[in-house]
Amino acid sequence: MKKINLIIMLFLLTLVYPLSAIASLSIEITKGVDNPTKIAVAPIVFYGDQLSEDISGIVQDDLERSGLFEPIFRENMLSFPSSIKDVYFRDWLILGAEYLVVGNLLVNDGIYQVTFSLLEVHSSRLVFTKIAKGSENQLRDLAHHISDEVYQAVTGIAGAFSTRVAYVTSIKLDSKTKYKLMVADVDGARDRLILESNHPIMSPSWSPDAKELVYVSFETGRPAVFRQKLANGRRKQLTNFKGLNGAPSWSPDGKKLALVLSKDGNPEVYTYDLESEEFTRQTNHFAIDTEPNWTPDSKSLVFTSDRGGSPQIYRLKLKTSEIERLTFRGTYNARPRLAANGRTLVMVHKSSQQFHIATQDLVNGDLRILTNTSLDESPTVAPNSAMLLYATKINNRGVLAAVSLDAGVKFLLPSKQGDVREPAWSPK
Amino acid sequence: MINKIFKYTALIVLASIVLVGCALTKNNSVSTMANDNITTGAVNDRSIKGSSLRTDSKVPRIFYFEFDKVMLSAEARSALRLHAKSLLSSPAKIRLLGHADERGSREYNMALGENRGNAVRDFLIQEGVRGSLIEVVSYGEEKSASSGSNENSWTMNRRVELK
Repeated sequence: MKKINLIIMLFLLTLVYPLSAIASLSIEITKGVDNPTKIAVAPIVFYGDQLSEDISGIVQDDLERSGLFEPIFRENMLSFPSSIKDVYFRDWLILGAEYLVVGNLLVNDGIYQVTFSLLEVHSSRLVFTKIAKGSENQLRDLAHHISDEVYQAVTGIAGAFSTRVAYVTSIKLDSKTKYKLMVADVDGARDRLILESNHPIMSPSWSPDAKELVYVSFETGRPAVFRQKLANGRRKQLTNFKGLNGAPSWSPDGKKLALVLSKDGNPEVYTYDLESEEFTRQTNHFAIDTEPNWTPDSKSLVFTSDRGGSPQIYRLKLKTSEIERLTFRGTYNARPRLAANGRTLVMVHKSSQQFHIATQDLVNGDLRILTNTSLDESPTVAPNSAMLLYATKINNRGVLAAVSLDAGVKFLLPSKQGDVREPAWSPK
Repeated sequence: MINKIFKYTALIVLASIVLVGCALTKNNSVSTMANDNITTGAVNDRSIKGSSLRTDSKVPRIFYFEFDKVMLSAEARSALRLHAKSLLSSPAKIRLLGHADERGSREYNMALGENRGNAVRDFLIQEGVRGSLIEVVSYGEEKSASSGSNENSWTMNRRVELK
């Protein structure tokens, strides 16, 4: 019975994110699971100089902040095995560990190679041994990779520790506001500046290969959609129409953007073919049509429209232009995002004068409110569909927060200065 | 005794694990971390200058709206009639900056700001002002006039600014 409960819980729950001391976002766990899996992550053995990152520490933090695991701390460990050969299961049974991670690191010609194993303690079973390689500045990547492998082996769900998040910050200095588009590891570490401007930046959306972003910048004095490569910072302005140029969303097949233009009189959803550079109008209604987001098969869009008298979410089949209303509960449902499973719709939902993040199951229609703050917006789902990030306001400051799709695990990612908003979870 | 058996079993299991482990280590594919190079893009700031609208400075240039609404108030209409008169006698290019309060989603608020700007534009055109003089730009909730999260601030932020 306990095992079934555990499996269900593991299935429902997910990951969260730690933080390095230098990051501008930190993490506060506000709600975790009742019965987490006890895991010991033995220090990765390395016979060399002091490393710039504590790999096993990062793994332990990743797993702990997923809400699904309870780590056994280093100071309580009876031995530090470097590989499965050195493991005495008794040492770990005594500590109550259900799982054990051991590993060692070798460096050769600047390439770091980590060999790591996951062991199930009660059955004295080796679950796997794997190898991963990277350069010195990829030690965090190696750590997140280990976390992903362990998380997947134990829960059966792909980990999302190696993914990133794009977000927008604004900081008021004197009378001027500075806007920044940032990308950080999803644990808040290694935050990097993508673009800085004196004019608003909004609506970042990732390319499916996670190598580019599209976003809206007001640097021309009007909103315009830009595309930017992360590796070289090269950017291109894609739109320059009068009126709205906004809400870009990259199709999962990588070929198109959906976006909103009002050049023909009022806000309508368009698609933009990235190869032919052609715009195709997809909606035709005097009401507001905005916030398009793709279904995983790239064949349909979900979008917000107030054509029914209040903002509600609709689905548009691109081939037939057939439109179907999806939301019926409440007077305000907006900013739809579909989880990669194609079934869970995530949105901003107004309830008793408050704006919350809610999910709606597109098969059985179940609506579930996940958050309890009042100004929640911009939900973005992890590629493993286990958790979402959103923006909210706490003490009059914009912050990012995370919640698992079953609302069982909750986190805050407060920033050190300014307002943070519009998180976009990378697709890989 | 049972303990001893358990220990031996564990040892045997462990020995086989080691063997399996070695096999795994040899056969398993090796993951190599992808390169993660990020460079900052450079903004070419192209701001827009103000207009030369000649209406008396006492006539309001900010018009307020109800939540999720784009209808002009009576006060806005009477102020806009005076602006229209001045634009008819001395034409000037103007910008209408549409805004929304922070509640609800950001891109929906962009659309709302746009529609509020359009409502003001349409009224001016109805009063005889040439449409080519007017540009509507929505800022949604991106440039609030008042930063609080309360009714007072929200009322101040649901606006169109005539520039």
